[in-house]
Amino acid sequence: MGLPDGMKGRVAVQGLVKRFGPVRAVDHVSLEVSSGEFLALLGPSGSGKTTILMSIAGFEFPDDGRILIGGEDVTWSPPNKRNLGMVFQRYTLFPHMSVLENIAFPLKMRGVGRAEREERARAALRTVRLGQMGERMPSQLSGGQQQRVAMARAIVYQPRVLLMDEPLSALDKNLREEMQIEIKHLQREIGITVIFVTHDQTEALTMADRVAVLDHGRLQQIGVPRELYEKPETGFVAGFIGETNFCEGTLQRAAMPGDPVSVTLDNGGRMEAVAAQALSAGERIKVALRPERLRVEPGGTDGMAARVSEAIYAGNATTLLLEADDGQVLRARIPAGAGLHEPRPGEAVRLSWQRADARAFMAGS
Amino acid sequence: MSAVRGNRAGRMALNAAAYAVTVFLLLPTLIIAPMSVGPERYLRFPPAGFSTRWYTEYFQDEEWVRATLFSLEAGVIAAVCATVVGTMLALALVRGRLPGKGLVELLVIGPVIVPHIALAVAMFLVFEQLRLTGSLLGFAMAHTVLALPFVVFTVLAALYRFDVELERAALSCGAGSFRTFRYVTLPLIAPGLVSAALFAFIISFDEAVVSFFISDLDRKTLPRKMFEDIDYNISPTLAAVATMLTALTIAALLLGYLLKRGLERRARATAAQED
Repeated sequence: MGLPDGMKGRVAVQGLVKRFGPVRAVDHVSLEVSSGEFLALLGPSGSGKTTILMSIAGFEFPDDGRILIGGEDVTWSPPNKRNLGMVFQRYTLFPHMSVLENIAFPLKMRGVGRAEREERARAALRTVRLGQMGERMPSQLSGGQQQRVAMARAIVYQPRVLLMDEPLSALDKNLREEMQIEIKHLQREIGITVIFVTHDQTEALTMADRVAVLDHGRLQQIGVPRELYEKPETGFVAGFIGETNFCEGTLQRAAMPGDPVSVTLDNGGRMEAVAAQALSAGERIKVALRPERLRVEPGGTDGMAARVSEAIYAGNATTLLLEADDGQVLRARIPAGAGLHEPRPGEAVRLSWQRADARAFMAGS
Repeated sequence: MSAVRGNRAGRMALNAAAYAVTVFLLLPTLIIAPMSVGPERYLRFPPAGFSTRWYTEYFQDEEWVRATLFSLEAGVIAAVCATVVGTMLALALVRGRLPGKGLVELLVIGPVIVPHIALAVAMFLVFEQLRLTGSLLGFAMAHTVLALPFVVFTVLAALYRFDVELERAALSCGAGSFRTFRYVTLPLIAPGLVSAALFAFIISFDEAVVSFFISDLDRKTLPRKMFEDIDYNISPTLAAVATMLTALTIAALLLGYLLKRGLERRARATAAQED
């Protein structure tokens, strides 16, 4: 109550632990979402992203840690007392109520009078651009329309936080992209905090202000999309977000994040890179290198020698499959129209890169 | 070709067998109806003419009418009680984290497994002590117990078909667990509850064994009255009652079917959409 307006939509997850039997579905995860921010929880299945969302929603209760919404500890509050909006993976509209009755339901539960209920439900329906559909039954709507109604139902009572559990995964690709933009617009328009679970990295990167990447219940990295793509802090993030080449080797000397390192590759060659995390000497190291950051030049003596085994044309770019002299397979991407050399299959080339684009991780990370 | 023909012959034989069994099962019931409209004072098939005399007799005989009304009362009360208790039990079994779930399940099935005659004796002994024999309360209690397993199984089936995520959606909309049940779960499992209640009513209405034991001279159910009638004077009134009983049961099932279909129409439309 006494909080400034800008705090009410803040969500904090502190040291969250959730076990299912012997498995730690969520393993000491802490993160903060500021008011009006769009955060995506991204990870493969079993990464714990949905469990975190369900703990915030109140459908799961943690074994350890706290959940704060607007500064208030809600860890043990039932879901109906948290005043959150929730959109589920399947549309979960009440099949025995009309579209308008569905949207008015949360208002009815809050004791809003009939006339005001109807007025606000109609307004919410217009917000999701379904103004004419109020009298229909959910079964008469398409999947995309049903999901919009579900969204209207989740925002009609103006909650400060909207939770979305893979809300677009049931839609086909075109509709999904359209809805991504629409959700983003809606979120800006009403200034609501959104926590959005997805396993689709493109969805996370295009929609979210910040993305939290999870794997095996652990928070791998949280940051703006550009950071995650360009400065991944763990090998998992480097591999999970976008496409990456990994080269394995060892390191003579320990290094701190940001230090330049020289990795001894398994074939005896050396690779100049930057430590992305604390690296210890003598351990297995993997170096991540984005395909579009590889420079491919004909001949010469500098850089890594390789042979083009395949060239895949895809209109806006050509992907090269390369085999280095030591047998290592790499991918490189050459953008179309930049006047760059496009080698043919069988051609011998030299590969080079900027040190900062080669990021070294512990092999197990 | 021959395989198809052989298949067809086999199917025809199976159909014929199914119809034969159905006719065999229905025949006694079907013979009762014509027997009830004969004009003679004794049961005869085929009837020698047509008369509604025995139906008139039934409606004018105070004892028959009293037994019928008593049966209806007991049936309605038992149906309501069994449906309410059975629904709560089914909910506890599906949703609750109730300790000793297996034991409760076993107790619920109890009345189906234990021979009715043993139950009847047990109930008689207890009811005698409590002066419940021949009372509406006693019948309602006994029939509730007998109908309970059928209600629980019917409601369990409805709950398993129900999408639990809808309850989560209702909770996230701010509804507490009671209002979630009232506004979301209940309307959606209502077709199952209607079936369950009708089932319970029919079980109570034609229950004979337990009723035989816990009736007394004044207050008895229709089946018990029919037994007495067979013992003392076999009149075509009995056939008339049996015919009406059958008709009532069929009507109840039909009504239940129509109600259920009406309630399910919306749900089915959803399912079709999802396909």
